[in-house]
Amino acid sequence: MRSHGLLLLAAVWLSASLSGHLGAAEPRSGYAFQSSDTQTLQDDDFQNPGMLWVDQGEVLFQTAAGGSGKACVDCHKDMQGVARSFPQRNPDTGQLMSLTQQIQHCRTTHQQATPIRYESTPALALSAYIGYQSTGLPFAPVPASLAIELERGEAYYYQRKGQLNLGCQHCHEDSVGEMLRGDKISQGHGNGYPIYRLEWQSAGSLHRRLRSCDIGVRAQPHQLGSQTYTEVELFLRQRAGSLPLEVPAVRR
Amino acid sequence: MALINTRISVPTQAQANTLVEIKTLVSHPMESGYRIDYMGEMIPRNILTRFTCEYLGQPVIEAEFGPGIAANPFMAFNLLATTTGELVFTWTDQHGEVSTETRTLLVVDP
Repeated sequence: MRSHGLLLLAAVWLSASLSGHLGAAEPRSGYAFQSSDTQTLQDDDFQNPGMLWVDQGEVLFQTAAGGSGKACVDCHKDMQGVARSFPQRNPDTGQLMSLTQQIQHCRTTHQQATPIRYESTPALALSAYIGYQSTGLPFAPVPASLAIELERGEAYYYQRKGQLNLGCQHCHEDSVGEMLRGDKISQGHGNGYPIYRLEWQSAGSLHRRLRSCDIGVRAQPHQLGSQTYTEVELFLRQRAGSLPLEVPAVRR
Repeated sequence: MALINTRISVPTQAQANTLVEIKTLVSHPMESGYRIDYMGEMIPRNILTRFTCEYLGQPVIEAEFGPGIAANPFMAFNLLATTTGELVFTWTDQHGEVSTETRTLLVVDP
């Protein structure tokens, strides 16, 4: 009996260390931690307010911009599953880029158009439209060529920071399911971004969420679109395991 | 007017004398006018004040919005389908600017 228990413990420990330090828990989407009202809002593609951004992104995707006179659709025909493999290394610059940064890059280099800000409506709308086409599919595994960035992202995640001296894991691994003021603490997965957040009354990026968390523990936040947050985004992609994307997610 | 886009759900067709559900979602900040920005300045109020829907020239619903309504207002209501005809949706903002959308409700006899 006792040896069985030990075996079980060993199995739990092994699966935990394989799935990116989530403890014994299976990855669960932030969706599972929302009230049924919020879940209903996300489930209905019509009611989901994030779809306002998806709609707008669809229009922008087909609108020619800049000196090239090209629209996104002139180069990109099929975007299904594309959001699964971001952040990824851009072959031109060698930089790690989130989907939004790739859109910004395309816009200035390939379309030769005026830059768009990271958290601007067009950036969120295009990211939501492209993300929506990967909804239901899991993230792609992180390739070995991104090992250094992945390691840095993981280090930031586990780094204690701010006046409260907390790392991400203190809430999103050790205190999952507990209440933080009016919110139930989730496992902190990034599979729904851009999300529509009821508190923001708007769509927002994962970087905005990370900034809010950093401000929450009274740490010095990084810029939206910073290398650090993109590396954390990469680590979160690996950490989410087989969790399907659900863009645009609705969160409290 | 800051109506970036509107989403309207009308059934593709309805049976005569049945209730059909109409849903609308519009993007609008619905800024209450009670908030201050990070510089301590008041953010001016910017809200929609009125929503109406007409079916066959008759009002189906008229709603007045105040500053307590959340951003991106969602409306759902039922109407009794009688004959094929036009649905006219209007949103009016606090400056009196009006945004209008129309849809055709196709009604078939059972």
